[in-house]
Amino acid sequence: MDFSSINPILLLASLMVASTPILLAAIGELVVERAGVLNLGVEGMMITGAVCGFVVAYHSGSPWLGFICAALGGAALSMLFAFLTQFLLSNQVATGLALTLFGLGLSALIGQGYNGIKAPNFPDWHIPLLGDIPVIGPIVFQHDPMVYVGLLIVGAVWAFLKYSRAGLILRAVGENHDAAHALGYNVIFIRFLAIGFGGACAGLGGAYISLVRVPQWTEGMTAGAGWIALAIVVFASWKPSRLLLGAYLFGGVTVLQLNLQAAGLAIPVEYLSMSPYLATIIVLVIMSAGRAPGSLGKIFHASR
Amino acid sequence: MNLKSILTGATVALGMSTAAIADSHVTKVGFVYVGPVGDGGWTYEHNEGRLAVEEHFGDAVETVFVESVPEGERVMTQMALGGADLIFTTSFGYMDPTINVAAKFPDVKFEHATGYKRADNVSTYSARFYEGRAVQGHIAGQLTESNIIGYIGSFPIPEVIRGINSAYLHAKEVNPDVEFKIVWAFTWFDPAKEAEAASVLIEQGADVILQHTDSTAPQAAAQAAGNVYTFGQASDMGEYAPMPRVSSIIDNWAPYYIARTQAVIDGTWESTDTWDGIGPGMVGIGEISSAVPADVKASAEALRDSLASGEYHAFTGPINKQDGSAWLAEGETADDGTLLGMNFYVEGISGDIPQ
Repeated sequence: MDFSSINPILLLASLMVASTPILLAAIGELVVERAGVLNLGVEGMMITGAVCGFVVAYHSGSPWLGFICAALGGAALSMLFAFLTQFLLSNQVATGLALTLFGLGLSALIGQGYNGIKAPNFPDWHIPLLGDIPVIGPIVFQHDPMVYVGLLIVGAVWAFLKYSRAGLILRAVGENHDAAHALGYNVIFIRFLAIGFGGACAGLGGAYISLVRVPQWTEGMTAGAGWIALAIVVFASWKPSRLLLGAYLFGGVTVLQLNLQAAGLAIPVEYLSMSPYLATIIVLVIMSAGRAPGSLGKIFHASR
Repeated sequence: MNLKSILTGATVALGMSTAAIADSHVTKVGFVYVGPVGDGGWTYEHNEGRLAVEEHFGDAVETVFVESVPEGERVMTQMALGGADLIFTTSFGYMDPTINVAAKFPDVKFEHATGYKRADNVSTYSARFYEGRAVQGHIAGQLTESNIIGYIGSFPIPEVIRGINSAYLHAKEVNPDVEFKIVWAFTWFDPAKEAEAASVLIEQGADVILQHTDSTAPQAAAQAAGNVYTFGQASDMGEYAPMPRVSSIIDNWAPYYIARTQAVIDGTWESTDTWDGIGPGMVGIGEISSAVPADVKASAEALRDSLASGEYHAFTGPINKQDGSAWLAEGETADDGTLLGMNFYVEGISGDIPQ
């Protein structure tokens, strides 16, 4: 057991990279759930974003274009969910699960023939001055751009929810959609926007896996990352700051497991894959504060 | 319409139809793949074997395949019901399902890759990949500068452990300071996991990565990292040559598949066990790239030739087991039985085999 071979700086740096896909998906889902909609289709949206991003990036040669199209792809799939739950008033849980299965199948169909192809390069940014700081530099300032985009989105969502009027309206819709409707806010429109944002972020998260992490396309490549993102949102008690912590924790677990294996200490894989969900359950039990948005999962039907 | 013309018509129709049945029997060969054809690794080569069969036999043989099949009997049963005469199941994990389905369809012949259970209508076949691993270890031991070689294992089955042991023995032979770091991915094909495993090994100082998993993700990770060498697994993975892929093990199933299909057509098929290596051509060593120094390339090719001719066996003593107990005496070679059930590391490899 040679723990000296684990380099803490590289470990923390790879932790940030490993957490980015679930961070992106989770922050999108947080916005959706704060608006009162429970969208369980994160896995489907992530993988649709992964395949759209990969296909577009491969054909156009530009990973940035791939990311944009991945966001659009994820958003488009989420619009299907939005239509079913907001207009046709279908059960949100069931529709979300159906969306996951649909997304997995659709992405496999789109991705036929793209197996094993190399994606265009997405190089790391080495930020000039900050990147050279001895310890913090390599950990924080030498990543590819999407890591910073993810952090920016988390910060923007936090500021949006806390300080802006629009964020207040979103929270109001999530807490009590009947009251918000009585006040004159267009609940369905706001939820549509939130769901679209959630889909776009999930798409970005998925594209990160297929364009940067691996970078290849395979069927089912997100391998449950969407479910972890859902667990992170609950773990975070619907607060963006704790979401960041949760994403790093859960993303770091896989990286740590591989590092420990390579250093000679082999923890059975099963424990590591259980740990995100165990942590979420523990948090829910211990911290009974941090309640869910009041209208989460309830169907909205404007009666008056 | 009188009775005579009706009877004549019926007889003619019957005669023509029996003639049609007699010479329209196309041999149907089914292939069950554990991963996608586009993996560029294990399944890709099996598919190349299938294409070679189609090309060789033309219209006399029809092939079907199903990719990314999880372990289970459903696909095999469906193929057998669909009229297949010969079914190739290309993964260790299909062993028990193959035996079960074979029992239900005694007229259909099954060929199970890398397994050890046979029946009257089930043959097994495998390739001596450990011979290829010997060449890989020989090159890796000389190329590594950090003396740390990373190994991405798939499942702790004898085939994988043989590969690790063979690579280690030959790396150590040319470089006594070499150390192996082994990570178990518990999958045959999962590019995301393989990329992560490769990155972790590189972070821990490995500058050569060997893999027993099927995708090109470790090659991509090595390429992103810079000075890391890799070897193609099951396929040449030549698009990553000359760096990081410096050589590869290529599985060449085509001659075996053609021979077995011919046996089914001729009616001479029997249940056998085939375990061929570099010599008969089942294991190919990919072109050693220009990133390898000429003397290393020459000695690797010499090793390959001696393995091919049979004059050298990859497991030749003196070799001890990991706990220090003696396994092979000086000059003694391992017998196939021990190799098939190998569940121990050789001396010098640290860490335990996961259970």
